[in-house]
Amino acid sequence: MLKRVHFPSSPLPYLLVAPQLAITLIFFIWPASQAMYQSFLIEDAFGLGSEFVWFENFQVLWEDSHYHAAFWRTAVFSVLVAALSMGFALILAGFAQRVVRGAMFYRTLLIWPYAIAPVLAGALWVFMFNPTLGILTYFLKHLGITWNHYLNGGQAMTLVILAAAWKQVAYNFLFYLAAMQSIPNSVIEAAAIDGAGPGRRFWTIIFPLISPTTFFLLVINMVYAFFETFGIIHAVTQGGPGSSTTILVYKVFNDGFVGLDLGGSAAQSVILMVLVIAMTVVQFRYVERKVEY
Amino acid sequence: MVENRPLANFITHLVLVLGVIAIALPIWITFVAATHDEIRMAQAPLPLWPGNQLWINLKQTLFGTGLSGTETAPVWLMLFNSLSMALMISLGKIAISLLSAFAIVYFKFPFRMTCFWMIFITLMLPVEVRILPTFEVVANLGMLNSYWGLSIPLIASATATFMFRQVFLTVPDEMLESARIDGAGPMRFFWDILLPLSRTNIAALFVILFIFGWNQYLWPLLITTDTSMTTIVMSIKQMLEAAEQSPQWNIIMTTALLAMIPPIFVVISMQKLFVQGLTETDK
Repeated sequence: MLKRVHFPSSPLPYLLVAPQLAITLIFFIWPASQAMYQSFLIEDAFGLGSEFVWFENFQVLWEDSHYHAAFWRTAVFSVLVAALSMGFALILAGFAQRVVRGAMFYRTLLIWPYAIAPVLAGALWVFMFNPTLGILTYFLKHLGITWNHYLNGGQAMTLVILAAAWKQVAYNFLFYLAAMQSIPNSVIEAAAIDGAGPGRRFWTIIFPLISPTTFFLLVINMVYAFFETFGIIHAVTQGGPGSSTTILVYKVFNDGFVGLDLGGSAAQSVILMVLVIAMTVVQFRYVERKVEY
Repeated sequence: MVENRPLANFITHLVLVLGVIAIALPIWITFVAATHDEIRMAQAPLPLWPGNQLWINLKQTLFGTGLSGTETAPVWLMLFNSLSMALMISLGKIAISLLSAFAIVYFKFPFRMTCFWMIFITLMLPVEVRILPTFEVVANLGMLNSYWGLSIPLIASATATFMFRQVFLTVPDEMLESARIDGAGPMRFFWDILLPLSRTNIAALFVILFIFGWNQYLWPLLITTDTSMTTIVMSIKQMLEAAEQSPQWNIIMTTALLAMIPPIFVVISMQKLFVQGLTETDK
């Protein structure tokens, strides 16, 4: 933690940490504690005063069927985004690590989407699925499927899942490829001498050896799906049609900034904070220790 | 490769090529849309091969009036705003985390662990979960519609501090001992030894943070009400809304292309640093 050889105490270190501490206090700790405090308040209808109500906001959420629906929707959404992007990335990385020459070439072609903002990913996909003009809509029509994500909630969900997963494939691919390339060649060769084919080697050796990466990526992808996909939903579906794509982070924004239900929105923020902290703790504790080798 | 199997090799390349096509398709469609004129882009089926209107579209998007019927800032100004925000966020983060990591690793002072934990907490709180109160703070400080308001609340992050802490911990103790014997003070040691030693880490982190800054969406959306402060990434939403009335897909997709070229260029041209930065900051 601290260097064995270090400088003696002086005012200097305080000056050095001051900028970061000031920003942390003003823009992180103060707002987070404000959110917590606000979650115990209910504002009156005219915004003139507020009343301290303890856990009433949470109780309202607990009984609110819309919130329950948003919660499960978020769970399904994030699991599907994580599964789709990680599965696709695993397949690609599994084949890419077989290529001796050209692995870097494929990597260069596959990492582009990482650089693209979620909202842009949404714009690209919504263009391809445009109900009247989109290229994929055109092909789907020939298959007998009518696509209109403005009317069909299931199709809207499919669209945001595809856009969110597409953007994340690049990230997962990089981590899987790096993990696979760090497996010693001798292990793979030994299995090959024993007569294991490429598929067998992948499932019995490579896949178990990279399981720490899989767990790490699972947490990262869940956090990504929970928060960073806000841009996609905000730009592409606005949580609709109806509320078929309203996930938790979009609901916090919508109830707070559009609906001006400050207490309810703050209570939702607090629940999200607890979820993020839980995921971070899982990542630090569970994932690093209990993975089977 | 362990053994030679022609069929397996063929399948390997086939799968990878199909994967590349699937990943590249949305970007290709965007590029194609930016090379056709408005009339062609309003007829289904849309083209799959580029046309010859790219320069005209680029000129109209960058310096023209943009989309008809919308009041947005000129695209060149939005690109400039995005660039300023991305640079301020990435350079600011690097500067303040270098200093605080230096203090935490190389000095013994009261409340050192308190400082460490306060920074550590920010690792857990994405801006999305505390938007309302943060917005109030920024509004009270009068930083709405300014570059400061766009960048400073996003500057504090524990990840960069942690990375530099790891880097500094690997610097051998003899470095500091010999520097002190030669009479160097703390800041001299920082400038002349620590900074040059962590040069590649700084560059790698810069690539990641530049992309992070450029791609910000929710925060700029909330704190900029003045159209002259909008960033290119947030303008896409307004354009998609306008597209429902007058679909000028050639202009919209040219704007989208302009919004993704800078970060893609950074990732591809500094690929090695990018991969290094990604695996170091997140693990």
